[in-house]
Amino acid sequence: MAVFPWHSRNRNYKAEFASCRLEAVPLEFGDYHPLKPITKFSSQVTESKTKKVNRKGSTSSTSSSSSSSVVDPLSSVLDGTDPLSMFAATADPAALAAAMDSSRRKRDRDDNSVVGSDFEPWTNKRGEILARYTTTEKLSINLFMGSEKGKAGTATLAMSEKVRTRLEELDDFEEGSQKELLNLTQQDYVNRIEELNQSLKDAWASDQKVKALKIVIQCSKLLSDTSVIQFYPSKFVLITDILDTFGKLVYERIFSMCVDSRSVLPDHFSPENANDTAKETCLNWFFKIASIRELIPRFYVEASILKCNKFLSKTGISECLPRLTCMIRGIGDPLVSVYARAYLCRVGMEVAPHLKETLNKNFFDFLLTFKQIHGDTVQNQLVVQGVELPSYLPLYPPAMDWIFQCISYHAPEALLTEMMERCKKLGNNALLLNSVMSAFRAEFIATRSMDFIGMIKECDESGFPKHLLFRSLGLNLALADPPESDRLQILNEAWKVITKLKNPQDYINCAEVWVEYTCKHFTKREVNTVLADVIKHMTPDRAFEDSYPQLQLIIKKVIAHFHDFSVLFSVEKFLPFLDMFQKESVRVEVCKCIMDAFIKHQQEPTKDPVILNALLHVCKTMHDSVNALTLEDEKRMLSYLINGFIKMVSFGRDFEQQLSFYVESRSMFCNLEPVLVQLIHSVNRLAMETRKVMKGNHSRKTAAFVRACVAYCFITIPSLAGIFTRLNLYLHSGQVALANQCLSQADAFFKAAISLVPEVPKMINIDGKMRPSESFLLEFLCNFFSTLLIVPDHPEHGVLFLVRELLNVIQDYTWEDNSDEKIRIYTCVLHLLSAMSQETYLYHIDKVDSNDSLYGGDSKFLAENNKLCETVMAQILEHLKTLAKDEVKTLEYIKKQSKQPDMTHLTELALRLPLQTRT
Amino acid sequence: MGTALDIKIKRANKVYHAGEVLSGVVVISSKDSVQHQGVSLTMEGTVNLQLSAKSVGVFEAFYNSVKPIQIINSTIEMVKPGKFPSGKTEIPFEFPLHLKGNKVLYETYHGVFVNIQYTLRCDMKRSLLAKDLTKTCEFIVHSAKGKFTPSPVDFTITPETLQNVKERALLPKFLLRGHLNSTNCVITQPLTGELVVESSEAAIRSVELQLVRVETCGCAEGYARDATEIQNIQIADGDVCRGLSVPIYMVFPRLFTCPTLETTNFKVEFEVNIVVLLHPDHLITENFPLKLCRI
Repeated sequence: MAVFPWHSRNRNYKAEFASCRLEAVPLEFGDYHPLKPITKFSSQVTESKTKKVNRKGSTSSTSSSSSSSVVDPLSSVLDGTDPLSMFAATADPAALAAAMDSSRRKRDRDDNSVVGSDFEPWTNKRGEILARYTTTEKLSINLFMGSEKGKAGTATLAMSEKVRTRLEELDDFEEGSQKELLNLTQQDYVNRIEELNQSLKDAWASDQKVKALKIVIQCSKLLSDTSVIQFYPSKFVLITDILDTFGKLVYERIFSMCVDSRSVLPDHFSPENANDTAKETCLNWFFKIASIRELIPRFYVEASILKCNKFLSKTGISECLPRLTCMIRGIGDPLVSVYARAYLCRVGMEVAPHLKETLNKNFFDFLLTFKQIHGDTVQNQLVVQGVELPSYLPLYPPAMDWIFQCISYHAPEALLTEMMERCKKLGNNALLLNSVMSAFRAEFIATRSMDFIGMIKECDESGFPKHLLFRSLGLNLALADPPESDRLQILNEAWKVITKLKNPQDYINCAEVWVEYTCKHFTKREVNTVLADVIKHMTPDRAFEDSYPQLQLIIKKVIAHFHDFSVLFSVEKFLPFLDMFQKESVRVEVCKCIMDAFIKHQQEPTKDPVILNALLHVCKTMHDSVNALTLEDEKRMLSYLINGFIKMVSFGRDFEQQLSFYVESRSMFCNLEPVLVQLIHSVNRLAMETRKVMKGNHSRKTAAFVRACVAYCFITIPSLAGIFTRLNLYLHSGQVALANQCLSQADAFFKAAISLVPEVPKMINIDGKMRPSESFLLEFLCNFFSTLLIVPDHPEHGVLFLVRELLNVIQDYTWEDNSDEKIRIYTCVLHLLSAMSQETYLYHIDKVDSNDSLYGGDSKFLAENNKLCETVMAQILEHLKTLAKDEVKTLEYIKKQSKQPDMTHLTELALRLPLQTRT
Repeated sequence: MGTALDIKIKRANKVYHAGEVLSGVVVISSKDSVQHQGVSLTMEGTVNLQLSAKSVGVFEAFYNSVKPIQIINSTIEMVKPGKFPSGKTEIPFEFPLHLKGNKVLYETYHGVFVNIQYTLRCDMKRSLLAKDLTKTCEFIVHSAKGKFTPSPVDFTITPETLQNVKERALLPKFLLRGHLNSTNCVITQPLTGELVVESSEAAIRSVELQLVRVETCGCAEGYARDATEIQNIQIADGDVCRGLSVPIYMVFPRLFTCPTLETTNFKVEFEVNIVVLLHPDHLITENFPLKLCRI
């Protein structure tokens, strides 16, 4: 095989650089500038475009005149005739119309309902009630078990028994089919109700209107039954869902009767627009409902189709609502009646929110019947059911809150004051107070906080639990601020009561709310006291185990208010508080919150030992939670948080301290690779900082320090798993070592990198997908070559020993068949070798003598260099030969290559090649 | 399906008054053309009286049911024998509701012993092979407007005011007060009033309004008078709050009520009972005769 002697071209980098640079020409203000007309023109175009929008599509006169004035190749793109702008021009009016349409629709909607988005809708409450009033029932059963075990069994049995009979009642309307449902759990009951809802829809769809009505009547009848009283609120929710469905079905049917083929009834129609058939059908419904025997079903069913009054008369709804309100007076059971009121208010708010009178009437009627709650009939019933007053009264708030909320929505201050005064006058008013506090505007409550505290104190102990009242008050104070002068007194008064609560659950539910108020208005001293109190209450019997969510909320609130972490950690009880989180998953969650807040709020790097100590502890907790089962995503999150912390730690000029911090961190966070990577980068940065401080001239002390940094990196890198992470870090750290004149250390890094190359696998996992690694390797090697240019040869090793070693590795690496990555690398090596044979290299590192100054253009060195080039060149030629030998393969290859976007010039070649082979 | 016959009355609520014209269309729909021997339409209004078994005994009730009284009856021939084309044919008609002599067009009423009903019947005679087709349709007559004078009634119910009490001493003490806004009622408007439980020793279970019809049929042997329940509406459920007025409110059902009617042969009157149920098992009833009218 012929040898091609290699001679590198001599280059004068300085001259080349100078000749490549653009020539700067000074320009006077008025002078011609090639870019000027274009900018001017483009402004014209935008102007014409805006005009176009105004005229909705009448185009081109302005643009054609402007394009005639300047002949610019780009102008044809910029004027209105190109497809995109034409599209824009035609699309504009449509878009405009659409926008107008939507805005009109929005306006219509605003007119439709006075109720804005600030009114919390029923749907929000629904789930809450369903969730709450099953748990309370279970809780109350637990309570039974605690006190009297024997009774508990029968009580639960009786309950399921009752549910069963109730459901048998439900079956009555299905003639002939007597199903028996045994021992239904609540979930079964819920499912059953849902089935009824469905069968109502089915009956309606199959035109069995009477059956539909029967279902609804039977369902609403269930609401007069107060056995299993703890379940009543949930039952109310479930059954009123059915009523809502029914109301909607009836309304829509009658509405559809008014729609003939030509016209559609507008949303705001008047009774005159409804046709006679529709009116007659509507009247029929009302007559049918008016003849329902029992009061409660008659009330609920009529209320459910309240909206249909719109078809009959303009004043229908406003006449109907007061009548229905009065009708509720006939309901003897106070719980049933308050829920009936809530339903009426709900329907009223939906159909006619402007009719406030009814709402108020409901409220005042409720006050009139309020004394019934403590009357004999109720007491007897409670005794029969074995329910205590404190668990009976909390059944009221969902309905009362709703009524109160409806009334207080956008209500004048005077009305609220009047309502409050009326509530005050009644005895046993804890229940009322609670609803006032949960429904009225927070500002209203907050300004009268002291009044409320007074009233709460006066409340009867035996009735509604006081901790719920304080909780409600606390919720208001978290939203609105009380008067400045009252603040401390409020906290003192409230906490005096809270701290006396015996039951840890009651206590924590209350305390959790008040922490927010404390954090908002007071200093760390008060917060510390509060935290200490919480710890005191929650530690006995490991009560904290049952209240992690509340404790977590407390931590979140504290963090949200203390952005200064040195203050936060100087709250003595903060860390002891953290110790209460003993379940690992919760503890890690809390740690994450803290770190998240730290990263978000910490502005300056810190070396505060309190912060460092505490946060290292926090980070360690997070890190220690990592195990084999931890998800990748979780690891990434934790690493991100820990890295955020590491980046914020700075000891200023005390570099040694900084390094020892990194050493400590490494031992702490060894399981999280991204953290180790961050540490290596930090240490490298530290080395470079040192160099900067010393202005490149290391003293003996700093040189030793820098070597310590380098050593740190050198021993840390091998513990990483990612092969390219390691390669790049070796290279990077080598560069840092070189920059700091640690030549032998740099050599060690490079050698390590070289010896790692054979280990690079063919395929690597990137974001869960297997990808060929060659392109990454190529990228890394090119980068490596650029560094090798300036690495001086070791005096004891041969000339260019690193390059040789690398070449050997490349030679031995098993490359993909038919790929020319290897040859690409060889060409890069040629670049490198050529650059090395220059008299002065393209770049240098300050205070490091590269080979150019070491050898000084020595002919032996150059000869060695050229020889290497020749070997490499031979390899390249060899490859070309194999390519040429296998013409078909070559052709295929060229064709394949030509399909790539930047290789189109090969297409022509591919076409020509087969012709040549034929000849 | 072969041929279908239907009567469509113009007014959706099918309500007409004396002197008005009852109008509508007879609709004949068929896939094929229909051969027929003539279509006629009959309007008929009758009062059916039935003697109750209680008043006159079972057999007599069976045999002696009084002959129906005809109020109005007229027939018109709509179409002469011929053929209807396939598809839908609509034939309009009009009946003036005029009465001969001194007869009165009573209001439609569906009762137990007295029934006042108005019907339209369309008959299509067909050849021997095909069955004759008949379709009947009820329409409703509202009587002429009467006079209305309100007559409010106040009432107080205590153990002392009750009659038919066996052991007055066993009764729990109670005081119910209330009023009806008027016992003269407009049939289209509800019965209204208020009831207040001022005090009651026993818990209240329920308060109901019972609407009762009193029908009297006169015949040769004398007359039969029967009171039966039309509907029962609960106005209070459970132990209602003392001292708080509970509304009395009842809508008069259509068809089953009519303006109070008094003729030589029969009478239809209405009453309302306020029924209070006390724990454990006391039933207190207060009766109020009503006079219904239409304005």
